[in-house]
Amino acid sequence: MSSITATGTIPAAEPAEKNYLNVTTTFKSWALTHDHKRIGVMYLVTIAIFFAVGSLMAGLIRAELTSPTGNFLESETYNKVFTAHGVIMIFWVLLAAVPGILGNFVIPLMIGARDVAFPRLNLLSYYFFVGGGLLAIAAVLSGGVDTGWTFYVPYASLYSNSQVGLAVTGAFLAGFSSIFTAVNFIVTVHKMRAPGMTWFRLPLFIWSAYATSLIVVLGTPVVAITLMMMLAERTLHIGFFSPELGGDPVLFQHLFWFYSHPAVYIMILPSFGVQSELLAAFSRKRVFGYHFVAFSSLAIAVLGFLVWGHHMFVSSQSMYQGVVFSLITFLIAVPTAVKIFNWTSTIYKGTVRLHAPMIYAISFMGLFIIGGLTGLYLSTMSTDIHLTNTYFVVAHFHYVMVGGAITGLLGGIHYWWPKMFGKMYPDRLAQITAIIVFLGFNLTFFPQFIVGWLGMPRRYHYYYLEPQFQPYNIMSSMGASILGLGFLITGGYLIWSLKFGAKATSNPWGAHGLEWTIPSPPDLHNFPTTPIVTDDVYDYEALDAAGLSGGVVAPQGVS
Amino acid sequence: MAATGAHADEHLEHGEHEGPLHEQYEDIDQQNESYIVGMWAFLVTEVMFFGALFVTYVLYRTRYQHDFWVSHLETNTLLGGINTTVLLTSSLTVALAVRAAMLKNRTGVILGLIPTLMGAVTFLVIKYFEYAEKFAHNHYPGPTFIPPSGAAKGPSQIFFSMYFGMTGLHGIHVLIGIIVIGALLYLWYKKRPVVTEDYVPTEMVGLYWHFVDLVWIFLFPLYYLIPK
Repeated sequence: MSSITATGTIPAAEPAEKNYLNVTTTFKSWALTHDHKRIGVMYLVTIAIFFAVGSLMAGLIRAELTSPTGNFLESETYNKVFTAHGVIMIFWVLLAAVPGILGNFVIPLMIGARDVAFPRLNLLSYYFFVGGGLLAIAAVLSGGVDTGWTFYVPYASLYSNSQVGLAVTGAFLAGFSSIFTAVNFIVTVHKMRAPGMTWFRLPLFIWSAYATSLIVVLGTPVVAITLMMMLAERTLHIGFFSPELGGDPVLFQHLFWFYSHPAVYIMILPSFGVQSELLAAFSRKRVFGYHFVAFSSLAIAVLGFLVWGHHMFVSSQSMYQGVVFSLITFLIAVPTAVKIFNWTSTIYKGTVRLHAPMIYAISFMGLFIIGGLTGLYLSTMSTDIHLTNTYFVVAHFHYVMVGGAITGLLGGIHYWWPKMFGKMYPDRLAQITAIIVFLGFNLTFFPQFIVGWLGMPRRYHYYYLEPQFQPYNIMSSMGASILGLGFLITGGYLIWSLKFGAKATSNPWGAHGLEWTIPSPPDLHNFPTTPIVTDDVYDYEALDAAGLSGGVVAPQGVS
Repeated sequence: MAATGAHADEHLEHGEHEGPLHEQYEDIDQQNESYIVGMWAFLVTEVMFFGALFVTYVLYRTRYQHDFWVSHLETNTLLGGINTTVLLTSSLTVALAVRAAMLKNRTGVILGLIPTLMGAVTFLVIKYFEYAEKFAHNHYPGPTFIPPSGAAKGPSQIFFSMYFGMTGLHGIHVLIGIIVIGALLYLWYKKRPVVTEDYVPTEMVGLYWHFVDLVWIFLFPLYYLIPK
């Protein structure tokens, strides 16, 4: 690519500036760091590894399903593979990715703080995350878990003869990791803002991270104690849920989904925030309806706690309960649609630049709209009865989680990569990869809507009684290969850019915000003196008028 | 929030609070407010943590009224009552310690924390005897469980699961409290500026201990005093 040759001209003997990456270089200085930026980078590396493991499991699933009789996995092994895929991707990728990587890195920079409020707690949170993840990997390596990521009782507590204990303890630690991060973010946003950084001058990413943290603080402890009760039942026979011990298994489902439905908002809300940043920066406009977008995050956080019963329409939950949960679930579509409409209006008459992050932002809109609207099929009780446990659910979930959360993560990483590492990646290659990811994703998951609508159940590794499902599954597996290729290319050029990428200026995108006023990569202490904020958020007009757009028709280092 | 440049001046006051002030904060007030907000956020997570257990209790209590009542006769109201008194007293002494910390009265803090610590230990010792009584009668859940006479096996086992689960989790919190109060006492004894110059760490420990106390105030009537 032309952009690659352009980067060969960096003078070799440039004196190294001191920044947070090279101010100290020992292993200990990283492992025991209190710096939010380094912790963000550590999350990035760790989550990339977990994402690779989870993707490998997804690859096994897709390879198995290309044949109606199943290709190479036993039923039991298949159960363990999809459980590993679900557990790793949810607890060690989706729940932590955007807050852990981007939140840790940019929140203090965005609000003009030297660090998060509790740096040591932040480091502890990282080690809880890694410790829990290692337990989960140990569970996979020592025989796997076959319960599905939901750990439903009484199967998980009394009958499953697999490594439930290790996996659940790992999930418990990951839960506390996210509680620590959330407490940290709440206090940081409340108390660490620079002078002049009022609540309505906060970038929308902060609002999203704040709403997410509220959900984590209120929801995660519930699932933590629920998993502990399940584990007590499994190891000590202290009965809470199993009918054999006098309990009620539906209670487990209620407690589990009380957290695990809000958890999908923990996964998607931070990406909503990234989305607002990207659209403002690459349309060079203030986000349309800033206040509505900000408060819709809080509305989603509140409403998200009132809808868990829609996961239990086919349990023994009463019909009237189901009706109420169904209606409240419809309400969730309102704040979500507020966001989508405001984002669309943000692009309207903006000066749109289609750099890689913006392509991710636009594909986010398309994918999330499909994911969100199919959610309405599932929140309608009458259709959900038929769609329960089919591939329609799988497709819906992946459209919002991969099409939404992961696309937002990729967009955010591409947007802040120059700030994190001070290097530019090849923009043209990144643009093409973003489109490959978009196409591969749709080819993977759109056929699953159809095959699910036709009745293919999830979690089955063969379908020889319905061989007409095969073309859809082959399409899906082909799409997964393309998607995997897209992720590999992304990883490849990002790593490449660390060594060979052009040096990034402090503000390669000409974006607005405190994090773009300091060098890339930033100093250890972020700001030389505490900044005093005097301008409005996303004030691109003032930025352009002051000639501070940095001539960003193309970012520096990209031809 | 104050959108002024006054913060730059406050920057100069750093030296005054060098002991307890961490480098990410502008001044000691910002640090103290952060600590307090963080502590309350943590207590919210604790409320939700116990909340799931209380919801479970409400469900099974409603479903198994009679069996819960029969099973609760096995709990020792006298020991439970003594324990409630002990915990309430320790809450009073920790409150006195926090007040002494605000007044920078080191002797007062130490004289407040020692009875608090003793109360916490006494609580666990009494709890041990209560548990031993249940174990002696095979009232612990598991394959060898024997229900009290007059109670059905399944519901009664749920009662004792909830009893051991909730008082056990509370006991773990008391144990953590002993460690934290002990550490605080040590820091005051050693005159470390992190506590002597700033009352907020002491207040945070106090808040935690009040929370532990509060949980017990709900547990005691739910398990020892439930009416028919």
